[in-house]
Amino acid sequence: MQNILIIGATSAIAEATAQQFAAKGHRFYLLARNEERLKTIASDLLVRGASAVETALFDANDTVNHRTVLEKAKATIGSFDIVLIAHGTLGNQKECETDPELALKELQTNALSTISLLTHTANIMEQQHHGTIAVISSVAGDRGRPSNYVYGTAKAAVTTFCEGLRARLHKSGVHVLTIKPGMVETPMTEGISAPDILLAKPEQIASDIVNAIEKKKDVLYTPWFWKYIMTAIIHIPNTIFKKSSL
Amino acid sequence: MNMSGWGKYPEIEAQVLTPSTEKALQNIIRTGSADGVTPRGLGRSYGDSSLGKLMVKTLRLNHMLSFEPQSGLLHCQSGVSLAEILEVFVPRGWFLPVTPGTKQVTVGGAIASDIHGKNHHIDGCFCDHVDFLDLLTGSGEILRCSPHEQAQLFHATCGGIGLTGIILSAAIRLKPIQSAYIDQVTSKSANLRESFELFEKQAEQPYSVAWIDCISSGDKLGRSLLMTGKHAEHGALAAHHNPGLSIPLDLPSFILNPYSIKAFNTLYYHKARQRETRATVHYDPFFYPLDGIGHWNRMYGKNGFTQYQFVIPKEAGLQAMDLILRTIVNSKKGSFLAVLKAFGKENRNLLSFPMEGYTLALDFKIEPDLFPLLDRLDAMVLDHGGRLYLTKDARMNAETFRKCYPKWEEFQSIRQQYGARHTFLSMQSQRLGLD
Ligand SMILES: Cc1cc2nc3c(=O)[nH]c(=O)nc-3n(C[C@H](O)[C@H](O)[C@H](O)COP(=O)(O)OP(=O)(O)OC[C@H]3O[C@@H](n4cnc5c(N)ncnc54)[C@H](O)[C@@H]3O)c2cc1C
Ligand SMILES: NC(=O)c1ccc[n+]([C@@H]2O[C@H](COP(=O)([O-])OP(=O)(O)OC[C@H]3O[C@@H](n4cnc5c(N)ncnc54)[C@H](OP(=O)(O)O)[C@@H]3O)[C@@H](O)[C@H]2O)c1
Repeated sequence: MQNILIIGATSAIAEATAQQFAAKGHRFYLLARNEERLKTIASDLLVRGASAVETALFDANDTVNHRTVLEKAKATIGSFDIVLIAHGTLGNQKECETDPELALKELQTNALSTISLLTHTANIMEQQHHGTIAVISSVAGDRGRPSNYVYGTAKAAVTTFCEGLRARLHKSGVHVLTIKPGMVETPMTEGISAPDILLAKPEQIASDIVNAIEKKKDVLYTPWFWKYIMTAIIHIPNTIFKKSSL
Repeated sequence: MNMSGWGKYPEIEAQVLTPSTEKALQNIIRTGSADGVTPRGLGRSYGDSSLGKLMVKTLRLNHMLSFEPQSGLLHCQSGVSLAEILEVFVPRGWFLPVTPGTKQVTVGGAIASDIHGKNHHIDGCFCDHVDFLDLLTGSGEILRCSPHEQAQLFHATCGGIGLTGIILSAAIRLKPIQSAYIDQVTSKSANLRESFELFEKQAEQPYSVAWIDCISSGDKLGRSLLMTGKHAEHGALAAHHNPGLSIPLDLPSFILNPYSIKAFNTLYYHKARQRETRATVHYDPFFYPLDGIGHWNRMYGKNGFTQYQFVIPKEAGLQAMDLILRTIVNSKKGSFLAVLKAFGKENRNLLSFPMEGYTLALDFKIEPDLFPLLDRLDAMVLDHGGRLYLTKDARMNAETFRKCYPKWEEFQSIRQQYGARHTFLSMQSQRLGLD
């Protein structure tokens, strides 16, 4: 049995991941800001086989409280064997272009809050000398694209931060996994039209995540083909890239 | 978004919403829509039962709420799929009380169609194992319905094809098993009469179904392979996704491609000297032979297909079935194989399909002169007091519907009483005069 902390536990991807971990009898501490949904998710995980589920309310942007929230979680479940950070917002790129305050807010939710959470978690886990921190970044962080570069900037920050943190924590036996999903059918992408084959199901992403955590992978592209799509996109020269509307 | 059912016919341009919470769903109903709302699960109904201009998918209401290990009572939200229930509960020694030929359906869809399985003659329909359900009605209120509470609404909702409200959750009685395997017996019959006799003879077997050859005519008309099964007493409690699962090789391979008459013939003649073959197979190939093939529904091409499923009352039995099957075989339009099953007693649900007798199901590719043929079949079915299955239908007319389901007026008045009329609609309901 492992102790799993999930930050942003109401995310569709996080939920599907938790369901798969529950089948293995693990124990959960769930953080999210919607109490009703947390309750439902907790009963679901229990029926699916979780050995125990604790929940607490939290807002990712309430950074001053991160330390208290995480210490309470740690005190409740004893140790963090797996931490999954999943919260995020896609934001409206067009509105961010006219309203810098909004752009900063997106960076706050998708990058700064995550960096704050990661810093506290890393310090706790460094003391434990074991465990895995899995963070959902995105393929969007691999290159700034006109259609979503504010979100992409935040995810790029998370990816880079994780890369450094991985090297720092390696010595203490703590592992860091950067998860880069492509397009996934979740509330976040509702209304965005995409061809069926590019739109993955959360369950599919979840089994990749569970597998990558168990295998202690460093970086996960999911579904796998995004690795090749992004490799191609990264190699498009700027002279051409700047004319695209990707 | 362009939407269709499993048969890819018909199609509709729809707005599709997938709420994450019951509250969000409630808000959609309260806000309302002039075009009405159509509940949608996994879209395994074949025709237009789940199609409408505003479709509300339940797939994010996929939470299990509670389970009582003593009684096997599972309370779960309506978007949970039967596949998930098997994954979670087979390893703990529980199975679905009733299951259709695919595990990719939701609990909501199973209730709304009051689905039947290979054990109907013994265990009845899915809803006969539902203790209660919570229904979101047209006024946005949530009512608990059971055979004892809001009983009328319960019996209208079970089999009510999504037209009484949106089922939010339900409590289902699972059944205990010792093993994930099924002891299967395959028997041959040379013609329709023998097939019927086999069903009678095997009536005490928990599961039974026959695959009928729809090409052979004359004295071979209705020859079939009848499969019966019961839960094995030995063998691991392994759910279907278990990679270590071994599927015995003598699994009738024709099932994996029921559209290949060659495969059926090979098996039929291969076992010519044996009237009966026995095997122990995992529940997955026994109940869900087609699930392994994924989107086999695309094989009919872009015009799609329809599944024609009817039931004939026991009294009319063999003679009626012979007549209808003959018409189908002579038309040369149907799939090579059809599924034949014996049904037990009918239940109290107003629009449930099964009635005591025999049911036949087969696929027809959509082509210009298909519908006149199906209209002729409709007339024969009605003549013998039978009915058509709503969840497979894409084309029957309102008059046929009313003859098939004489309790439709009671159904409408219950819809009226609970504010479902003009709120919960589908392309099918509008065609059938259930506005
Ligand atoms: C390969 C295959 C084999 C099959 N075998 C069988 C079989 O052996 N026996 C049998 O009985 N059926 C069988 N079916 C049909 C299938 O079981 C039914 O059509 C079932 O209703 C599909 O469930 P779904 O979740 O896909 O629902 P959908 O197809 O999405 O919807 C079906 C109906 O249920 C309504 N509905 C869905 N969810 C809700 C809800 N939460 N509240 C209210 N209404 C709702 C919809 O409005 C619609 O009217 C088979 C289908 C396939 C594709
Ligand atoms: N879907 C995709 O295509 C895709 C692709 C690549 C990466 N990702 C990433 O995957 C992660 C999960 O997203 P998802 O697809 O599962 O979408 P989702 O279901 O919409 O989940 C996003 C979650 O973030 C939570 N959240 C947002 N702001 C928050 C805040 N200030 N405090 C606490 N929680 C907050 C939301 O909570 P509420 O429900 O309370 O709002 C929601 O649970 C995100 O990091 C996302 O960027 C998604």
